[in-house]
Amino acid sequence: MPDLLDRNTLTALRVGGDERLARAELRRQIARLEHELCRLSVEAFPRLDLDTAVPGHFREPRVAGLEELERVRDALAERIAGARLVLKEQSVVETRNRDLLRQMLAAPAEHKWLRISRADVGEPGCGHWHSRPRLGPLGMLMGWWRVKISSGCPLSGRLAAVER
Amino acid sequence: MAGIGATGSDLDWEPLPEQGWVAPHLAAEFPGLGIAWVEVEGRAARSPEPVLRRLRDLSDRFYGSHAIHMRERPIPWAYRVFFRQIGLDPDRTRTPVEQLALDRLHDGAFTTHGMPADALTIATVETGVALRAFDATRLNGKLCIRDSAPGESLPGKPGEMAQGTLTIADEQAPLALLFGGSSNGGQLEPERRTAIVAVQVKGVPQAAIDEALWIACAAIES
Repeated sequence: MPDLLDRNTLTALRVGGDERLARAELRRQIARLEHELCRLSVEAFPRLDLDTAVPGHFREPRVAGLEELERVRDALAERIAGARLVLKEQSVVETRNRDLLRQMLAAPAEHKWLRISRADVGEPGCGHWHSRPRLGPLGMLMGWWRVKISSGCPLSGRLAAVER
Repeated sequence: MAGIGATGSDLDWEPLPEQGWVAPHLAAEFPGLGIAWVEVEGRAARSPEPVLRRLRDLSDRFYGSHAIHMRERPIPWAYRVFFRQIGLDPDRTRTPVEQLALDRLHDGAFTTHGMPADALTIATVETGVALRAFDATRLNGKLCIRDSAPGESLPGKPGEMAQGTLTIADEQAPLALLFGGSSNGGQLEPERRTAIVAVQVKGVPQAAIDEALWIACAAIES
């Protein structure tokens, strides 16, 4: 993978110092940005679905010129900035939810009926923590609150591919 | 990486990939771009049971998380980068391996499309390398990657290509777009001999190209 990110020094020297050198540099930048965008989209999965689409300039493959390459690079940089912002905001929300979960576990009665899902704290799966009264209405009247942990839903069935 | 023995067939000959050429100005623009192919006996037909079994095995060990993480792996990423560099959006015009991954998630399995398409599916999913198949008996001379000249068109597709479109061509005429599009001009239905073609881009090691061609050949001969 790293060789894609390296400068094409020899190639650049061989082809001279015209626009081709600039295109080679832009391609290197695109490779680096694409790598970063892939990393962010993988990091976000499955919590967030990041939009990684950057409109192509052609319907068919061609040698992109300086202008097109610059546009792709700028669009990728924009996408990355947007993805980082979304991930940061999500991280803040998850941190806040984790704090809330900690408080709820320490004092369930102070967080009556509060339900925090695994997704809310950035964990995979569909389980949740739920502050509920022990023994139903009686516990509600007596103030016997506890946090019930759901381990999540079972698989709906065997994978179709396994059956074949 | 699963051994080819899993297809139920081992090659009793060593496929020697032929190296095609890349137009010099394209080679200067895209260092690492290359094309290699192997010819093998085999025509378009229903896939035999070992190949179908191999497809099922592949389906069973390929999940959604694989599809997501795939783009971080060096070879699929290299093709994504190349797509960006030639003006295509890999999230719209999918790279071959990502298209297969998407189809797998959509259909619930790698579905069979007969030979040689199934052989290409197996080899592409295993290695990430972009493969094409052509009717070897219709090829004229060495294969190459070049841009289209004025007035050229793809076989079986009406209208001229825009000048400068990147194509896979033989010594006579363009055969198919380098990437994107679906036109193979009927070349994907080999009648007797099949040419398995691998397109190499920067970041894809030669070993992966050789392995992809080898897996595809073994599947076709199974």
